Amino acid sequence: MLQTISLFAPQLVLAFFASQLLSTGAFAKKDISVGVRYFAVGVLVLYAVIGFLLGQPTGTAFKGALIVDSYSHYMNFFLGMSAAAALMFSKSFFQTEKLDRFEFSVLVLYCTLGMSIMVSANTLLALYIGIEMQSLALYVMAAFNRDSLRASESGLKYFVLGALSSGLLLYGASLIYGFTGSLEFARIAQVITADGATPGIIAGMVFLLCGLAFKISAAPFHMWTPDVYEGSPTPVTGFFAAAPKFAAMALIARLLVGPFGDITTQWQQVIIVLAVLSMFVGAIGALTQTNIKRLMAYSSIANMGYALVALSAGTQAGVKGMLIFMSIYTITVIGIFACILQMRIRNGMVEQISDLAGLSKTNRGLAIVLTIFMFSVMGIPPLLGFFGKFFAFVPAMEAGLAWLVVIALVASVIGAFYYLRLVKIMWGDENEQEFVQAPKTLRGLAVITALLIFPLLLLPMISIPAQSLISQAAASLF
Amino acid sequence: MFEGLPILSAITFIPLAGALALMFVARIWPKGDDQGLERNAPRVALIVSLVVFLLALALTIDFDSADAGFQFVEDTSWLGGGIDYRLGVDGISILFVLLTAFLTPLCILASEKSIKTRMIDYMVAFLILETLMIGTFVALDLILFYLFFEAVLIPMFIIIGVWGGKNRVYASYKFFLYTLLGSVLMLAAILWIYNFSGQQLGAPTTNMERLITELKIPGGIQTWLWLAFFASFAVKMPMWPVHTWLPDAHVEAPTAGSVILAGILLKLGGYGFLRFSLTLFPNASVELAPLIFWMSIIAIIYTSLVAYRQNDIKKLIAYSSVAHMGFVTMGIFTFNLQGIQGGIYQMLSHGIISGALFFCVGVIYDRMHTREIAFYGGLVKRMPVYAAFLMLFTMANVGLPGTSGFVGEILTMVGAYQVSPWIAAGAALGMILSAMYALHLYREVIFGEQTNEKLDDILDMNRREVLILAPLAILTIVLGVYPSLITDITSASVENLIANFNAATAVAGN
Repeated sequence: MLQTISLFAPQLVLAFFASQLLSTGAFAKKDISVGVRYFAVGVLVLYAVIGFLLGQPTGTAFKGALIVDSYSHYMNFFLGMSAAAALMFSKSFFQTEKLDRFEFSVLVLYCTLGMSIMVSANTLLALYIGIEMQSLALYVMAAFNRDSLRASESGLKYFVLGALSSGLLLYGASLIYGFTGSLEFARIAQVITADGATPGIIAGMVFLLCGLAFKISAAPFHMWTPDVYEGSPTPVTGFFAAAPKFAAMALIARLLVGPFGDITTQWQQVIIVLAVLSMFVGAIGALTQTNIKRLMAYSSIANMGYALVALSAGTQAGVKGMLIFMSIYTITVIGIFACILQMRIRNGMVEQISDLAGLSKTNRGLAIVLTIFMFSVMGIPPLLGFFGKFFAFVPAMEAGLAWLVVIALVASVIGAFYYLRLVKIMWGDENEQEFVQAPKTLRGLAVITALLIFPLLLLPMISIPAQSLISQAAASLF
Repeated sequence: MFEGLPILSAITFIPLAGALALMFVARIWPKGDDQGLERNAPRVALIVSLVVFLLALALTIDFDSADAGFQFVEDTSWLGGGIDYRLGVDGISILFVLLTAFLTPLCILASEKSIKTRMIDYMVAFLILETLMIGTFVALDLILFYLFFEAVLIPMFIIIGVWGGKNRVYASYKFFLYTLLGSVLMLAAILWIYNFSGQQLGAPTTNMERLITELKIPGGIQTWLWLAFFASFAVKMPMWPVHTWLPDAHVEAPTAGSVILAGILLKLGGYGFLRFSLTLFPNASVELAPLIFWMSIIAIIYTSLVAYRQNDIKKLIAYSSVAHMGFVTMGIFTFNLQGIQGGIYQMLSHGIISGALFFCVGVIYDRMHTREIAFYGGLVKRMPVYAAFLMLFTMANVGLPGTSGFVGEILTMVGAYQVSPWIAAGAALGMILSAMYALHLYREVIFGEQTNEKLDDILDMNRREVLILAPLAILTIVLGVYPSLITDITSASVENLIANFNAATAVAGN
């Protein structure tokens, strides 16, 4: 009992405080949203580090439904930190839009709880519960601005397509159950090792992957992404561009190398197709976008493609490459959204790329930070985005997928064009308007993430321990 | 002199530190005194770049030219997994470091008056650019090299895109995307090598010294890797037919941007061929040398002809740069001492001469704001000093004996003659054509009747401009009459390179 508690301390912290905050908020006489927000940030940080504070215990619990290993510790840390960052940058937005309700913080906590179950899932049932818990919170958050037509539309769209993907996922899970007789990952792996890849199992696996591809918005399951990104309140977009993507990607990795570890050749094809399509859909789709949130949607589609390139290797190095890539991408996305949230003129938020014109003259600091992020997602060294791609592509090269690496690199050149356009607009065009002074939290968050991208994480005293931590996390899956 | 000191790191990162200091000062500077800031920014940048130049000079003096290996080596662990922070110079790279450190202060001096907006940003971009260029030449790790090599695009994109001419957006995009596409193919090859070194050497590494001496890449794959590196270097160089970004970039870039572009950035390609293609893929280099020769000869003749037909002075010089880079590639791929020495010599001398020519264009552009050849004429009466300087550099560009341009061209042709007289003949034809367009330019701009009234009150060069061009003029002549100043430094490393190369190709020949 005590051991289970120490294993699941992160999840327990989240579940306990989320429920507490919800009931406190429900019965409070006055608006306590500010207090709840700060408390929730504290809870998320505690959630992020508690696994490390307890000395990274490992093991399974609840009759093997959930597993705790270095991998889940690493993921908890990242998910907690990025959710905390998202909560921080949502503050000023909701306050100025007069939308600040304590439920938002509680929803973020529940969503994070769902994600932490996802990354610890050890049976198909736990996997499904985690995904649904996370998604339901996200649907509500997408429609959080309930008076806005666009937000309601995006919430509904997200919900309908999410339900469809859950259906696919459940169908796949039921097929797997039917053909292996078990929901446990370990047992499924045993059956597959014994029986080989029977058609039923392959069909089930493909359905599972399709359902999960919805969650990471990999092409051809990406259709919802641009609309939902555009319609949702900006901090919500920033939240679900970062942590949930990473969690779903981590879940895919656990699923692929765990239960399906013996049929690498079968799932490799699926992953490669998803990767190639995502990279090109993302790169080409973004070319004509004028809304910066839609642009980020396509950018995330393309970046999921790069992460899948790393996974397609099917090796430990591949998982490590995916973790490095997604970690860097998550930091970058948080930074970019901290910048986008600063795009406010006197009449309210603006979202057009052309609104950034002449930013380097009116707001130099923001222009420099955003330029760093743009060159980083482009993958230009010495910024960290380059190293993300480097570590993502090396394993694919090792696995003999040189052609896939070349395709990925060519797609990244196409993608460079639209990031460059942003840089050009900021530095080259004449300005028409000035943004209002952004609150300190946003500016601070943007600068901190920019420093992480360049150059703090490149210092050897940080990069080497970080790498060994990630290697350890990846190794624990095998 | 520099025992135990991280002198290469210092030379590399002092400009970056200067850039950061400049940004910091700009932040704390009292509001409302923007003019003082704009006035002082170039001075700070100038001092920083002069310190770098003096250090680079001291480094060159301290350099032991008898030692063919890498000197002043620094080696610190960096990213793990065999990717480390390694710096070092040998006879091939040290002169490029010196050239970079030499041209940057001149560029800053030249920009002081010609840049009208955002002086601080400009200086910051320039200092960062200097760090990245020097870093490219001193990096001894494949990943570190790629990092610097590619990062150069960022400040250059901003310099062209912000301070460029009318069509700057198109030019900066074209520059960026062209070079990026070339570079990512090289990145794919680097990834392959990194992975392959893990299989062959036990642990993956990107240590250049180890890769050069220990890695044996099988024949068929060498060709592919060579082509991938070639894609990057050929675009940077630029070689015909992927040279088309260069005239656009040159025309739109501000004067100092053009100088750096022609003086240093183009040399990254040639340096890359020497450092990587010849050492890592010797057999593929032999196999594909005919391709290089053809492309070089076409570049020399074709772009010379194109240069002759240009109306824009900068474009003409840009095309002539492509032709001169043809000599460089031709020299490098002869694989003999004269050819490679000539290639290096030609790169250094072209860095000085083309830089000087772009400065010369800047002088009249600052006054008249046009680069149309037809606009000018008869400048010799109004600007005698200018005419004299331009004469010297035009002649050096043609390759007149006594100027540095001659040494490089004759050495590469001697090298090429040993491979095939026909190649040398083609290159010689190019020399004649270069005289044709260069003298055409000089005649149209300097001589003839002055028909344009607007030129009536054009002033001759001022002291600052003379100060910029005089060192370049002196170097052009000194290197023209005393070539061993350079060849003494390079010869040991080049001989070593050729010895390794011959050993590698001889083994494969059996």
